Amino acid sequence: MKAVHVIEGRAVPLERADVDTDQIIPSDWLKRVERTGFGRGLFSEWRDDPTFVLNDAQFAGATVLVAGPRFGTGSSREHAVWALMDYGFETVIAPSFGDIFRNNSSKQGLVIAQLSVRDVEELVALIHEDPSRLVVVDVESLQVEVPEAGWLRSFILDPMTRERLLNGWDDIGLTLIHEGEITSFESTSHAPTLTGLFDDAGHVLTR
Amino acid sequence: MSTEPKTLFEKVWEQHVVVEPKGEPTVLYIDLQLLHEVTSPQAFEGLRLAGRKVRRTDRCIATVDHNVPTTIEGRLHIVDQIAATQIATLRKNCAEFGIELYDVDSREQGIVHVIGPELGITKPGMTIVCGDSHTSTHGAFGALAFGIGTSEVEHVLATQTLPQSTPKTFRISVEGELPKGVTAKDIILAIIGQIGTDGATGCVVEYAGSAIRALSMEGRMTICNMSIEAGARAGLVAVDETTIEYLRGRAGVPAGDDFEEATARWRSFITDDDAVFDQTVTISAADLVPFVTWGTNPAQVVSLDGVVPNPADFADPDVASTTERSLTYMGLTAGTRIKEIPVDVVFIGSCTNSRIEDLRAAAAVARGHRVAASVRALVVPGSHRVKSQAESEGLDQVFLEAGFEWREPGCSMCLGMNPDQLSPGQRSASTSNRNFEGRQGRGGRTHLVSPVVAAATAILGRFATPDEVSS
Ligand code: SF4
Repeated sequence: MKAVHVIEGRAVPLERADVDTDQIIPSDWLKRVERTGFGRGLFSEWRDDPTFVLNDAQFAGATVLVAGPRFGTGSSREHAVWALMDYGFETVIAPSFGDIFRNNSSKQGLVIAQLSVRDVEELVALIHEDPSRLVVVDVESLQVEVPEAGWLRSFILDPMTRERLLNGWDDIGLTLIHEGEITSFESTSHAPTLTGLFDDAGHVLTR
Repeated sequence: MSTEPKTLFEKVWEQHVVVEPKGEPTVLYIDLQLLHEVTSPQAFEGLRLAGRKVRRTDRCIATVDHNVPTTIEGRLHIVDQIAATQIATLRKNCAEFGIELYDVDSREQGIVHVIGPELGITKPGMTIVCGDSHTSTHGAFGALAFGIGTSEVEHVLATQTLPQSTPKTFRISVEGELPKGVTAKDIILAIIGQIGTDGATGCVVEYAGSAIRALSMEGRMTICNMSIEAGARAGLVAVDETTIEYLRGRAGVPAGDDFEEATARWRSFITDDDAVFDQTVTISAADLVPFVTWGTNPAQVVSLDGVVPNPADFADPDVASTTERSLTYMGLTAGTRIKEIPVDVVFIGSCTNSRIEDLRAAAAVARGHRVAASVRALVVPGSHRVKSQAESEGLDQVFLEAGFEWREPGCSMCLGMNPDQLSPGQRSASTSNRNFEGRQGRGGRTHLVSPVVAAATAILGRFATPDEVSS
């Protein structure tokens, strides 16, 4: 994962609540075996509609997505994060998020900035006033800023996720620091495994 | 050892803590990972790129379910090349890394959350993960089971652990006796309707109370399955005699004295009296009725006897506009009686409601009747074992004679990833778990219901309760 410090870019307001991961990347896109190329599938059912906000030329090239409450609920598909990032988004600002989506985002370096409903509404209004305004999301200071409008808000990020983003740490590497502990845990665990469950053809043995 | 009363969740969690590094999430040991074709290819690819191995192949099992067609013909020649590639990729990955796979032609193949329990692989007190949000299903056995993303799939393959921050605990008690015709599916729809799609965010929910105790394991799985639709990370039910009797004699479960020994341990996976939850809610079973969703999120629930809601009735402008949007998508007019809404497709299947008990209940309603001429109705067993069990009981004949299609196991019309899909504008009554826009196919309109309501609806061609069919 790449280290992330400050994201600076134009923002696009997606003024909808309950944008679930099926909307972010519809399931017909989940058949790919690669991690790239999902940007074309982002919100693909909505993008057929010429009035959909992502089709609005003044928002082209935006890197900040501002959305309504409960963004990213539903299916666990990490493809939603890959699609947002492949399309060019580096951060999502919303009043609340689905748990698994938030978790998946932190693994890929997509910054999840949670602001209050009111702050998000203010931000959306500032973007509508002038879509060319730059929005800055600072992972170091945990602030969202629209410098040109003198608007500044703080957001909360759990300290570990912040550390990982700032350092670009790989989760597996972090866990493997504890490999010794994992091995000793395994030597004392009685949890059942699948050993002895199958015949040579790979079928479950019946009792 | 502390003698503090503990919740079921706390017991399972504590037994799986590998290490609690200061200021970091707990490293939690994972007893079992279930894999399927959709969320695993990029995880195996990640291992390969990093030169890593699968740490414990004896703690992984794979099957194909999301993409596979549900007709014999369709399975022999998978037309969708991208889906075929995904299935072939899982096959290749399992062979390369040494993981057991229930392939398309295996007699154990089925929806990942149906086969774990039926093979006796899912057991009380385990930690179970899968790259699929409905992994919560396995919580019905007093196991801590949750859905993860692909990076986490890779993490578990490489380390057999996951870094996890401690969730909150939430007990939902359902007390009393369910009225006739009201099922487990109605309980969970009622819960989601009441607490909302984010009502249990960050929580592990334990379902308790006499109405939960009275349910079969199938019913408990239906409820735990949809925990995620209420925002929860996982759902749990404490172990009791029902759990133990379900497990007895299953392939993955020890036999004889070993079984007795195992049950002694399993019985400890209950919440102690006086254990404290972060949040609790009690629901009266007697007040429940058959429910249906009218909108595009699973909290948009109404009684079968009700009417389509009016956006103007909601004080919160956000809710009013969401309602408006949902109604437009669903092609519904406020005030319409639910029982007057015709459906085009009925789908009985998915990891929520495709187990033997679900099929028995639906067949009992369908027996001796005919599916309405305007309706296409599918019954898709959750696994090969469910399918053969149903066939040995003659349920397939009941369905076929009534005009239902009888399919091969898979996720089928639960999600638009295989040939079973709604066409734009088609309306379905579905026993699955998600009514999101486009979930069952682009432009499709999904209403979530129980298996008995689905069967009655197929016969009358409009939303209906079973009592309308038999009389
Ligand atoms: S049946 Fe539906 S919810 Fe269950 S695993 Fe398959 S796609 Fe997911």
